[in-house]
Amino acid sequence: MLHTLSVLVEDKAGVLARVSSLLARRGFNIHSLAVGPTAEVGMSRMTIVVEAPELEQVKKQLHKLVNVVKITELEPDRSVEREIMLVRVSAQTGNRSEALEIASIFKAIAVDVGASSITFQVAGTPSKINDFLELIRPYGIVDMAKSGRIALGRENKAKRLKAIS
Amino acid sequence: MTISGAEALIRALEYEGVDVVFGVPGGAILPAYDPLYDSPIRHILARHEQGAGHMAEGYAWATGRVGVCIATSGPGATNLVTPLADALMDSVPLVAITGQVPTTAVGNDAFQEAYTTGITMPATKHNYFVTDVNDIANVIHEAFHIASSGRPGPVLVDIPKDVLNAQLEWADPENLALPGYKPTIEPHPRRIREAVELIAAAERPVLYVGGGIIKAGASDALRALLDATSVPLVTTLMGRGAVSDSHPLHLGMPGMHGTYAATTAIQKSDLLIALGVRFDDRVTGDPDYFAPGAKVIHADVDPAEIGKVRAAEVPIVGDAKAVIERLTEAWGTRPAPDRKDWIEQVQRWQRDYPLRYEQSPEGPIKPQFVVEELYRVSGGDAILVGGVGQHQMFASLYWKFDRPNRWINSGGLGTMGFAVPAAVGAKAGMPDELVLAIDGDGCFQMTFQELITAAVDKIPIKVALFNNSQHGMVTQWQHLFYNGRLSASQLGEGAVDYVKLAEAMGCAGLRAEHPQEVAPIIEKAMTINDRPVVMEFVIDRDEMVFPMVPAGGSNDIILMSRDDL
Repeated sequence: MLHTLSVLVEDKAGVLARVSSLLARRGFNIHSLAVGPTAEVGMSRMTIVVEAPELEQVKKQLHKLVNVVKITELEPDRSVEREIMLVRVSAQTGNRSEALEIASIFKAIAVDVGASSITFQVAGTPSKINDFLELIRPYGIVDMAKSGRIALGRENKAKRLKAIS
Repeated sequence: MTISGAEALIRALEYEGVDVVFGVPGGAILPAYDPLYDSPIRHILARHEQGAGHMAEGYAWATGRVGVCIATSGPGATNLVTPLADALMDSVPLVAITGQVPTTAVGNDAFQEAYTTGITMPATKHNYFVTDVNDIANVIHEAFHIASSGRPGPVLVDIPKDVLNAQLEWADPENLALPGYKPTIEPHPRRIREAVELIAAAERPVLYVGGGIIKAGASDALRALLDATSVPLVTTLMGRGAVSDSHPLHLGMPGMHGTYAATTAIQKSDLLIALGVRFDDRVTGDPDYFAPGAKVIHADVDPAEIGKVRAAEVPIVGDAKAVIERLTEAWGTRPAPDRKDWIEQVQRWQRDYPLRYEQSPEGPIKPQFVVEELYRVSGGDAILVGGVGQHQMFASLYWKFDRPNRWINSGGLGTMGFAVPAAVGAKAGMPDELVLAIDGDGCFQMTFQELITAAVDKIPIKVALFNNSQHGMVTQWQHLFYNGRLSASQLGEGAVDYVKLAEAMGCAGLRAEHPQEVAPIIEKAMTINDRPVVMEFVIDRDEMVFPMVPAGGSNDIILMSRDDL
């Protein structure tokens, strides 16, 4: 089963290696891992999608790393998950406009257009990206790259309503 | 006034109160050895970095303080990997300092370069690569804090040569900046109340205690809880001595080579009060069949241990001493529950299934007999250090431990060759104590060169060498599970003259080949205090360790002797 973890870590050399090595040696499969700076100086956020039967051990083991400050499990319905994909599609004169049409439905942007292919950039939920990929696949996928998932927890509802009122 | 990074390093060690370090110098760490020359810190020159690491472990075990070892870059650092992994498994507080090639050469396959922090990442609790000379004092301070707090463990600090040579203005270490490291010491009061209710209601409870008790210095607290609740108790290999073996409720060591009473009491219990233990496979056997009818209270300072192997009805995160004290307080003045039937039952198991062996007066010498004679002649007042294998099990089973920090061995990693260097480290830390290593000949041949260290540095340990000319435990398994095909387990009968070897290294060498020679050579060894002593006991090659639960089996099936095969 896939779980999404948001892990706040100290921005120190080797932290990524510590986290990935720990997950590997404890037998947890990393589905995707994205890392970048966060609002707090000296801290980074890792969004890790991990495959594990139960998450408790993963969290406890990660917590043992001295540079790991906070771990939050992000439930799909209480968080916002996004991914970005670049995909180069074979597009000849005959089917070029069809591909562009599908792209516009998914708000995918053509970021590179060549004689025989178009590269689209599409951002959104992992399922939206997969849907786009499936629809565009028949045209011939030349290459693709995905960012890996990034995610943040949603503000909880009570708090949200309070802010509005 | 500015000082060098190397001087800062030594000053930082002095600041942490270090009195002894164990190490081997070399190119990249050489700058640190120059100020060490003037320091009051005693440096013990090991013959191999693995020896230095195990010495630091032995020192830490015996003194309860952080052990320190030093090595150079590359092979020096890689030779430390085994002791680091050993210390991680057995929660030994260690700080290892390694030299590294200069920053400008890092990543260029320089002479004696190895990616030390990468190699040791999974073998340490934490490690550091120091790139700024101004960080040295703070990093060393953090390293000592991390090594010794929470669940103790090894911390490595890797320092490039140019950083050691750079100049800085010394400043005492600042407050720790470890936002991600806050071990939980005090247990949650609700969990304590839940635990007390379970203990009060249990009919067949067992206290299952281990190394966490020793590390937390919780023995006195544990005895108070034992007195208040009258629960039978077992001590794991790492927890031997947590409570005296002479305590009437103490059933001994459980597990693969545990006593029948200890292993069976757990199997039949309705409540396991697990304190500072990790449900290791050598204790549980097949976990699906381990204590099948028991609820579990599991207290550990490391939350990751709770629920890792066995789900706990009452999980308690906290330092063992704090947990036990809170439990005893919460128990209060309520009387110990009447569990006469259960106590009688476990004591009947003790009576009906004792440890046993037979020493024929003609020989050959039985290893169990040697352990008992060592205990008798020495009066039992020793820090006992074990290697790994049959002799380790005989030592744990037949020695009578009466207090904590008196049994040092490699439990989790099972590092052969641990005993001699660990004994050297223990004796360096506790020079007034009798430090006695029980070692097998297979183990001894891995690290005996550290006896040269002991002889040269005047660290008079005593080594009882159990010589059966083979890897005894491997041989036992080959007899039991591989049709007696002794593949690569035989070391060659008479291959080594250990008396000559000992003497050649500046130690005294003694040998016993017949049972009546056992006590006399131990008595003789006790009179030699100006140099290390090796007592070689030529023991029965066919002796096996019993009781035994075959690996991966259910703890309900215990082989008590060869007759049960």
